[in-house]
Amino acid sequence: MAEEIRQTTHQSSGHAVYEDLHSSDDFQELRRRYRGFAIPWTVAFLVWYLTYVIMSSWANDFMNTKIVGNINVALVFGLLQFVSTFGIAWLYARHANKELDPIASRLQARYNEELGR
Amino acid sequence: MNTQTLTSILFLSVVALTVGITIWASRQGSGATDYYAGGRSFSGFQNGLAIGGDYMSAASFLGISGAIALYGYDGFLYSIGFLVAWLVALLLVAELLRNSGRYTMADQLAYRMRQRPVRTAAATSTVVVSIFYLLAQMVGAGSLVALLLGVDSGALKNTVIVGVGVLMIFYVVVGGMKGTTWVQIVKAVLLMTGTVLITFLVLWQFSFNISDLLGAAASNTGKGDAFLQPGLKYGVSLTSKIDFLSLGLALVLGTAGLPHILIRFYTVPTSRDARSSVLWAIGLIGAFYLMTLVLGFGAAALLDTGADSEVAASGGNLASPLLAEAVGGGAGSTGGAILLALISAVAFATILAVVAGLTLTSASSVAHDLYANVIKKGRATERSEVRVARISAFVIGGISIALAIPAQKLNIAFLVALAFAVAASANLPSIIYNLFWKRFNTRGATWSIYGGLISSVGLVVFSPVVSGKVVDGVNASLLPASIDISWFPLENPGIVSIPLGFLLGYLGTVTSREPSAEEAYDELEVRALTGAGAEGAVSH
Repeated sequence: MAEEIRQTTHQSSGHAVYEDLHSSDDFQELRRRYRGFAIPWTVAFLVWYLTYVIMSSWANDFMNTKIVGNINVALVFGLLQFVSTFGIAWLYARHANKELDPIASRLQARYNEELGR
Repeated sequence: MNTQTLTSILFLSVVALTVGITIWASRQGSGATDYYAGGRSFSGFQNGLAIGGDYMSAASFLGISGAIALYGYDGFLYSIGFLVAWLVALLLVAELLRNSGRYTMADQLAYRMRQRPVRTAAATSTVVVSIFYLLAQMVGAGSLVALLLGVDSGALKNTVIVGVGVLMIFYVVVGGMKGTTWVQIVKAVLLMTGTVLITFLVLWQFSFNISDLLGAAASNTGKGDAFLQPGLKYGVSLTSKIDFLSLGLALVLGTAGLPHILIRFYTVPTSRDARSSVLWAIGLIGAFYLMTLVLGFGAAALLDTGADSEVAASGGNLASPLLAEAVGGGAGSTGGAILLALISAVAFATILAVVAGLTLTSASSVAHDLYANVIKKGRATERSEVRVARISAFVIGGISIALAIPAQKLNIAFLVALAFAVAASANLPSIIYNLFWKRFNTRGATWSIYGGLISSVGLVVFSPVVSGKVVDGVNASLLPASIDISWFPLENPGIVSIPLGFLLGYLGTVTSREPSAEEAYDELEVRALTGAGAEGAVSH
């Protein structure tokens, strides 16, 4: 447990081990991989979602087009938001398991080692 | 046995079950980590269920299906916004927060900033957001029970509100996070089971043909194709279209700023479990919202939803319970009575689980942020901190009961949407900046929290919700028709207050320098991304 290097107020410890880890190639790579996935995908799903919200108000003719029976574009567009949410969640889980977790574990092991435990 | 007796028996069973769980949980350890974070010993799957139980509130279960039953397609936006919002939590917040925080939302700010100002600000917005959300649930409980028992008496509603308040205080004071989490897990299972059952019965009536279900909804409501198209509620004017956009923004950005959701990530041992809990929650919540679509259109197809109907009189809130009665065989049949009682009990369990989570969140923040770190400057003992948390739960529960009684005129969905707007404006900017922007500092954090909080609540005060709204000659605002202080045209403030929260966070940061916050960012970042030094689970 890292209890002894932390104040009870839950503030940064200023411990040198964090600087070591931060400047390591492993950490820079981890950070690049994490941000490289999370930021573009966040922008993508927000744009996709807002497109849906805006079209619901301002693109009525298109949204009201019937596709099959009583099922129109608006309903399919809405359901596609569910599909994209499940899809992006699945992609992120795969990315994190394969690309992020191994490096994070290595860095964590190094942290424990440098603190002598 | 009539419906009232059956309903009462099922309600009492829900109460007995949850009280039993709470007493059991209270014997499982008594340290601060047990009380605030359930010992961080829940699995990802368990926490995923509990997140679902915390998130799928009465506003979702009763409100969304009711909105679809009354307004058709426009009610669907709530489902979509509430679900897509989870990607913000998954990609940007859950794991980093799990690794860098401890018990409350303020912890990750306090990690690299000046303790007292940021904790005071974060605790204030935690309590405000949670109380808005609490009021919605308690008001919902009052009207649900009164309508089910067929008595529209003010005294009965007040009794129910006080009863729910007393129960939630009990769960939180006695069970802490562990008891609350188990109540939420049980509720999630009950809610999913009930919803799957009714959805199946509705689809069965239409031979599993969705197009037929939609067609029946369109013709039964007399609104035709317009019922299946966007715009019935929000497409009336440019103002209402912008209001829709504002609501859409608040929904998608609010979730990852809701304190009662954020502290759920502290109940698992590692950030990987936090990730898997969000993945489970997305699956569960997504499936649930897909089913509310069937429930809403099913209610429109099978029930009378006209202007004078029971469904319309309840603002749509009774659509699901009455639909359950209809698919069970209709009013007067045994099957109908059983299903009505069952679904009502599920709705009641839903409310109890959500109010418990909210009270715990506020009490934790008051005890851990305000008492232990602002007043006692970090020198409080663990025992005294937990004692203050329990006392706070009493006080916050009492305040909520006192506020909920006069708030019964307010619409439930409005209160919840407001809580989302406040969370997105006041909390999300500082969380995102703190995790991703090295330069961010104390002034930026306090400006964005107070600015987002004051602007979102303030704009609502001057909106048509509070005064000046007249629909068909009837006053539709909170204040009497003689008082009109409204000048802000939108009902949801999100489109103004969310960008303002982000802007103020930016301005506050660039107008001040705080080298210590910048230096500590590297440490925060290492900890957030790797989990090195993160708080571990408690072993008993």
